[in-house]
Amino acid sequence: MPTILAYVETRAGAVRKVGLEAVAAARATADAAGGGEVHALVVGAPGVGAAAGALGEDGADAVLVLEHPAFERYNPEATSAVVADRLTRGGYRLGLLGSSAQGRDLAPRVAGVLGVPVVTDVTALRLEGEDVVVTHPIDTGKVIATLVVRGTPALVALRPGAVAAGPAPRQPRVETIAAVGDPAATRVVTTELTLGTSTRLDLGDAPVIVSGGRGLRSAENFRLVEELAGAFGNAAVGATRAVTDEGWRPHSEQIGQTGRLVSPDLYVAVGISGAIQHLAGMRTSRTIVAINKDKDAPIFKVADYGIVGDVFEVVPALTAAVRAARSAS
Amino acid sequence: MKIAVCIKRVPVQEGRFAIAPSGTAIDEAGLKYDVNDFDLWAVEAALRLKEKAGQGEVVIVSLGPDAVQEQIRKALSMGADRGLQLRASAVPPDPFVVATALADALRGGGYDLILFGRVAVDDAFGATGAIAAHLLGLPCVTGISTLEIANGRGRARRELEGAQEVMEFPLPAVLTIDEGLNKERLPSLKGIMAAKKKPLEVRAATLAEPRVTVRRLELPAERAAGRIVGQGAAAVPELVRLLQTEAKVL
Ligand SMILES: Cc1cc2nc3c(=O)[nH]c(=O)nc-3n(C[C@H](O)[C@H](O)[C@H](O)COP(=O)(O)OP(=O)(O)OC[C@H]3O[C@@H](n4cnc5c(N)ncnc54)[C@H](O)[C@@H]3O)c2cc1C
Repeated sequence: MPTILAYVETRAGAVRKVGLEAVAAARATADAAGGGEVHALVVGAPGVGAAAGALGEDGADAVLVLEHPAFERYNPEATSAVVADRLTRGGYRLGLLGSSAQGRDLAPRVAGVLGVPVVTDVTALRLEGEDVVVTHPIDTGKVIATLVVRGTPALVALRPGAVAAGPAPRQPRVETIAAVGDPAATRVVTTELTLGTSTRLDLGDAPVIVSGGRGLRSAENFRLVEELAGAFGNAAVGATRAVTDEGWRPHSEQIGQTGRLVSPDLYVAVGISGAIQHLAGMRTSRTIVAINKDKDAPIFKVADYGIVGDVFEVVPALTAAVRAARSAS
Repeated sequence: MKIAVCIKRVPVQEGRFAIAPSGTAIDEAGLKYDVNDFDLWAVEAALRLKEKAGQGEVVIVSLGPDAVQEQIRKALSMGADRGLQLRASAVPPDPFVVATALADALRGGGYDLILFGRVAVDDAFGATGAIAAHLLGLPCVTGISTLEIANGRGRARRELEGAQEVMEFPLPAVLTIDEGLNKERLPSLKGIMAAKKKPLEVRAATLAEPRVTVRRLELPAERAAGRIVGQGAAAVPELVRLLQTEAKVL
């Protein structure tokens, strides 16, 4: 029965959703292979271990906690040494991480230390004898690859939100572990962490995303997008690269290949053409609505519902109608 | 400043993708190829650092079949000094194997910086640079969108989900470049002429047995055909009705 190590990503002392997803995916993968233990690894500054007990909710049998002031911000070299060390000692079949900015950085470092294979941006996985079989979108999502990864342990970084798993709560053992070497004596040091100031829902959590493109024409006109998002009540605001390039919105709101990959229940694309790099970040949304004045815009090929029209006319009308619909229900 | 930039030849992503009859490869017919966008930003970063330093050398390295010489020449026409092709019949789908071959070729080269794009848009792993850094024993920062170099040290910013972090590191180092750092220059006519005469060395790549292999490639399931609900604001009531009764998201 496979033992799987899940790396629980934290930021500023708090566990991130991708960290919980790694634990849940490890649970589901172990269970599908006939059971086996899931160990969650939490690395951070003193205090981070407070989150340990709750990881049982996501299916961890054991939580390994390492607290040290050198892990207050992401410490790539010391963290990769710790993850590599655990993977070699614990007889693990697999190391799972989130394919976030941190996980995409950490996974290949650990692979380098251990000399084991690594794959990132994985949307599904299962164990098959000696192999790990993974699904991984390539070519900007235009092709889906099924890959066979041979190696023990193998490192797999999972696309945020892609691997759904049901609850499998248990009471985990909590163990404290020690750092490898001096975690403060690294060459690469993270000297600053700037958290977004937005009070809005994070793009990764929002059930609805209203996203604006160059068709909005100016930063001021994004008011229309904000108002529509406000009307839904549970919506976050997204943007295309054309928009972040212009500086109308911050890069943190960019959706697509070089921005966030999102999969909300509803994605409303306002004045967005639907370039392949944008589609790569949102095409798995459950329902897509597009508003564009060009009836041939590629966004209409992925949209469930389209309105051909001027955003300056359609969006205020939609905002009013959504508000009315929500206050009626 | 002696800088190496590792670049990859990738299909232009706007093309029409089809799967070859083998089921494990992309049908190359009809696709156009270019330098991976992220790698172009890495080339641009190297050229600017060399220009700022007033001296130095920018070496372009690419692993793959002879066709990659076209991409190496493009980087040379932007202003890089020389090229190195690590000849292989194909680029294996295992980033560890590619990183090992690149590290072997770069080891002992005396580079102050080794740059990669953050991710190749075709294989989409973004792992090669960090693995190569480890194999070379060099510090590494991935996915950077700003870069300052002074007095043998560097400082770079990384975009996170809804946040940013700044990392500092000593040179020599390996960096992988994200969007936002720069926009690549277009090769000038003079640059294109000059590139033809620049040295391009070819060596055989030593490739280990890949541990990541392709079982199957498929085109993604098409989204069910959507519909145009209507034109202009007049279509809004019908859209709202569909969102409520059909999509059930409102
Ligand atoms: C390596 C690489 C990575 C990239 N990564 C990303 C990424 O992560 N995210 C991303 O978004 N892009 C990305 N891009 C850029 C992408 O190719 C497109 O350039 C970009 O998505 C276009 O943004 P847009 O749709 O806002 O603008 P445009 O393509 O200019 O489209 C504007 C649309 O607005 C419509 N319009 C204009 N006025 C009105 C009006 N009054 N009413 C209604 N409709 C109107 C037009 O018909 C048009 O369809 C990337 C590109 C590369 C090469």
